[in-house]
Amino acid sequence: MIKLPIYLDYSATTPVDPRVAEMMIPYLTEKFGNPASRSHEFGWEAERAVETAREQVAALVNADPKEIIWTSGATESNNLAIKGAAHFYSGKGKHLVTVMTEHKAVIDTMRHLESEGYEVTYLKPESNGLVDLETFKAALRPDTILASVMLVNNEIGVIQDVAALGEICREKGVIFHVDAAQATGKVTIDLAKLKVDLMSFSAHKTYGPKGIGALYVQRKPRIRLEAQMHGGGHERGLRSGTLATHQIVGMGEAFRIAREEMVAENERIRYLRDRLYKGLSQIEEVHVNGDTEQRVPHNLNISFNFVEGESLIMAIRDLAVSSGSACTSASLEPSYVLRALGRSDELAHSSIRFTIGRFTTAEEIDYAIELLKSKIGRLREMSPLWDMFKEGVDLSTVQWAAH
Amino acid sequence: MSYSTKVLDHYENPRNVGSFGNDDEGVATGMVGAPACGDVMKLQIKVNKDGVIEDAKFKTYGCGSAIASSSLVTEWVKGKTLDEALTIKNTHIAEELALPPVKIHCSVLAEDAIKAAVADYKAKHGEMVETSACKG
Repeated sequence: MIKLPIYLDYSATTPVDPRVAEMMIPYLTEKFGNPASRSHEFGWEAERAVETAREQVAALVNADPKEIIWTSGATESNNLAIKGAAHFYSGKGKHLVTVMTEHKAVIDTMRHLESEGYEVTYLKPESNGLVDLETFKAALRPDTILASVMLVNNEIGVIQDVAALGEICREKGVIFHVDAAQATGKVTIDLAKLKVDLMSFSAHKTYGPKGIGALYVQRKPRIRLEAQMHGGGHERGLRSGTLATHQIVGMGEAFRIAREEMVAENERIRYLRDRLYKGLSQIEEVHVNGDTEQRVPHNLNISFNFVEGESLIMAIRDLAVSSGSACTSASLEPSYVLRALGRSDELAHSSIRFTIGRFTTAEEIDYAIELLKSKIGRLREMSPLWDMFKEGVDLSTVQWAAH
Repeated sequence: MSYSTKVLDHYENPRNVGSFGNDDEGVATGMVGAPACGDVMKLQIKVNKDGVIEDAKFKTYGCGSAIASSSLVTEWVKGKTLDEALTIKNTHIAEELALPPVKIHCSVLAEDAIKAAVADYKAKHGEMVETSACKG
């Protein structure tokens, strides 16, 4: 018996793995000490748990535990990395480079720095969502201090060639920050090999609790940051604030499970995602957004031409998914990520992002396929654009009476 | 996004989906909106010799509120004269469907669709019509 609605929005957030929840609970009511309490067992016990978790996070990405700083989430990590480095190294230059398809946590932080007098270049990716290496290289100037490129995109799931981008940055003396919030547990990350100086992590995208994340800050060569949270000097002075032991334990356990189970899990998930795609591609006029090869196995972002996204989401209420449509945001603009790929407004409006996860079943996938086939058919019968397409009208030539 | 029961009703059971032949006797078509905004409505009215709208059909590319607004409009224009149809205001539509502020533009578009259909009818039947220019 399928439980409705079916959750297919794992890129938005994930349920906490029951094993993770179990690990966390004692730290709420029994082992509740402040890890910074130096003088008693309550504090020492909490500190031990925090350091174990730090090792677990470091192990997933092959880093030194000393390079892991706890934050409240990837958004804070992005802020700390970008603002922290920009301010510290402002004497060297005030130019920053990033990509138009980055998460708002990066884009908005960059915009804020612009208001402080920094100059930012927002690179346009190729139509498959990938950053062109030559374009990237050309954007770096003598006064560029930092570049930020996400490892896995949240909307279209494409994987950037962070290894190559890192080499380019290292060669040019530019600090390289990578937002890996959507990447942990999905792709291998080896910070001993990658020329990455700063990397952001999120717990709740990898079956951990919300409200906790981490920032990798390289020590060899050492990266300095201006702290954004002051008050007590926690985390080597980089991030003050009492550590939330239970959250940290959760993140550690989640990342431990990710390291141990990633390979097998990815295989299963890839099979399910491909099954979903096979079923949906039986529908006419269906387009995948983003590169199909350089893509995490969990993500399928598809446009259903001539059907509007929000009406589609309403039609498939039995599925919890997310849309690249304007109507689901307050403005009338379609997803900026899909726009950056060069997608027409119609296709950007008609897109659905399916992201599969640890608890998705084949039965749920099959239900989703049947539901979509039936609802798309119905909505197209109602759509004047579908009529026009069937009559052979080229919609790009139509003069619309917009208001 | 939670929808009002009326919006859901029109969405699940839309009234008068379809098309008339564009050149059929007494048929006029109003098409408003743009794919870029995520809303395109096509409203067709069939007007009899007495100037009364005896039938209406719609096709809409848009969200649930847009579909509901246009479906509602096809119900409301039936039995009205062209001038009576022009008195239908977006505020009436929005109120009937309990549209939230962020969806009011759907009702505005539906009102525009009526105006466009009426203008099309009058143009086909030789009348000069002053249409309020869409401020594109």
